[in-house]
Amino acid sequence: MKIIDQKHVQAELDKQINVEVFVHLETTNGAYAGHHNTGQAVGAFIRNVPLNYERAKIVGNGPYRIGLKLQHGWVYAEGVTHYEVDDKDRLLLAGLNPEGKLAVALQISREPF
Amino acid sequence: MEAERHVLVVFPHPDDEAFSSSGTIKQFTQSGVPVTYLCGTLGQMGRNLGNPLFANRETLPEVRRKELLDACKVMGIEDLRMLGLHDKTLEFEDEEYLADIVHKALVELNPSLVLTFYPEHGVHPDHDAMSNAVAIAVRRLPEQDRPTVYGKAILKNSVELIGEPDVMIDIRSVAEEKLKAIKAHKSQTSGWVELMEKQLKENAPEIEDWLYRETFWTYKV
Repeated sequence: MKIIDQKHVQAELDKQINVEVFVHLETTNGAYAGHHNTGQAVGAFIRNVPLNYERAKIVGNGPYRIGLKLQHGWVYAEGVTHYEVDDKDRLLLAGLNPEGKLAVALQISREPF
Repeated sequence: MEAERHVLVVFPHPDDEAFSSSGTIKQFTQSGVPVTYLCGTLGQMGRNLGNPLFANRETLPEVRRKELLDACKVMGIEDLRMLGLHDKTLEFEDEEYLADIVHKALVELNPSLVLTFYPEHGVHPDHDAMSNAVAIAVRRLPEQDRPTVYGKAILKNSVELIGEPDVMIDIRSVAEEKLKAIKAHKSQTSGWVELMEKQLKENAPEIEDWLYRETFWTYKV
């Protein structure tokens, strides 16, 4: 993964407008957060949820925020720093904290992950 | 150490075995005791993607699979069974389903010893789900056929709750291999390894607990 190129990511997001895509969305501060006294362990992930979005935007100066507008709702991720379009043409977006650990991920694919 | 017939190792994440018991495992394999490792997941939800970055969310499982194979080579484990479960989901599985998997291995291999986390003392929900499966599976066996279970308890207050560990294994003779096994899980352990190497060089007291001794609590099923 590379540091976000906002224009490139925006173009990739735009490519998937109004088609069925599968989304992986995740955020976590780690299962050991409570154990190491770095706060309450919190996290959530959904994987391979199919949806359509009618608009998408990447905003910010880095780390970035990304919002996908759905017919009836939203998908949102904050703290995104890195991205990659992988060999299966999937858009992988991730927010890595200063230690390089994954804190948030938003991934979009035409096929299930 | 007592002579064992067969040792069954049950952990949910690649690297759990390296930190907790790779020295003990190495000593068993060195002395010719067969060791089977049931590894629940590929740790595919791990937060560490390498520093410098060398994986992403989708390539991580393959990276960790290779690391696990490397670690098993170091530990001398020839029978590694990857269970194909999904990281962070074990507590949501049917516990009897997980127990079935362990039970099948117990019946097939008839181990005299099982290494796992100490039930309810594993901190990570996946750890506790896996050790719970071991407890259920062992309980299904007739009493005289049950293996000894060594559990690793890592809650901050484990000693307060269940006392001091009753099993202390001197692994000084394989300390280097233990460090190598930990090192094999590169995507997860790079920060730890440097710290351990430094402590080893300085002969820091912490190294005793990392590389010279492994402790367990016998779990009374």
